[in-house]
Amino acid sequence: MKLSQVLQSLNAKTMWVHDPRILDREYTCVSATDLMSDALAMVKSDTNHTLLLTGLQNAQSLRTAEMLDIQTIIYVRSKELPPEDLQLAKEMEMNVFSTGYSMYEACGVLYMEGLATATKSYD
Amino acid sequence: MIEMNYVIHREDYANAGKVSSQIKQLLKQIGIQSDLLRRIAVACYEAEINMIIHSYGGKISLNINDSEIKFSFVDIGPGIPDVQKALQPGWSTASEKAREFGFGAGMGLPNIKRMADEFELSSSESGTNLTIAFKVSA
Repeated sequence: MKLSQVLQSLNAKTMWVHDPRILDREYTCVSATDLMSDALAMVKSDTNHTLLLTGLQNAQSLRTAEMLDIQTIIYVRSKELPPEDLQLAKEMEMNVFSTGYSMYEACGVLYMEGLATATKSYD
Repeated sequence: MIEMNYVIHREDYANAGKVSSQIKQLLKQIGIQSDLLRRIAVACYEAEINMIIHSYGGKISLNINDSEIKFSFVDIGPGIPDVQKALQPGWSTASEKAREFGFGAGMGLPNIKRMADEFELSSSESGTNLTIAFKVSA
């Protein structure tokens, strides 16, 4: 599913888009968590086509995405990055959005749209 | 051969992850391929966060040669009360503050061990010494 369609499904608001071409990229996986170590545990997924869905609107969600080469983060419950963290997102060339849906609702919407979990079972 | 050293301060949440970010950029510049780079970045970031959350501060040493990339994370205490428990997924002693920042899932050390090719951990009240290494293919 293209990122533009993902954003439409979630009625998401744009906080920052580094490169508009990202909107045409196909996304297949979602890492949905507020626990950054859980996101970091799914390193085997194809992170070029994975988005991070989280309620943790601080620098550590950005750092976690950076370590995983994830370029798109959607924050739930209308959360927005504070100015200093939005600046960090820009410096990292990250694409960041906000949806009014709760984590549960956003996961439900994306699951129904066919996106899969990015989280691998621990070996 | 490249050697780098970085100082990490106790509960320095404002700068958490900056050193790992710098190291990732450095390794990218010297041409480390992306899958290996991601494994290294995740392990380094988890270890840096552990040091900030749990220790009184310490040092990260990075050594790069043709065959491996090796890290030493050495802190000055207070040590891990039970190393075996700390290696179990889900076991955590993280503070409420650490949890606010998205950590404390009890996955830090298990993640590091899973990412690294070599993993050595020792701990006492005077400090924790974690050494991890990643093989670099020619």
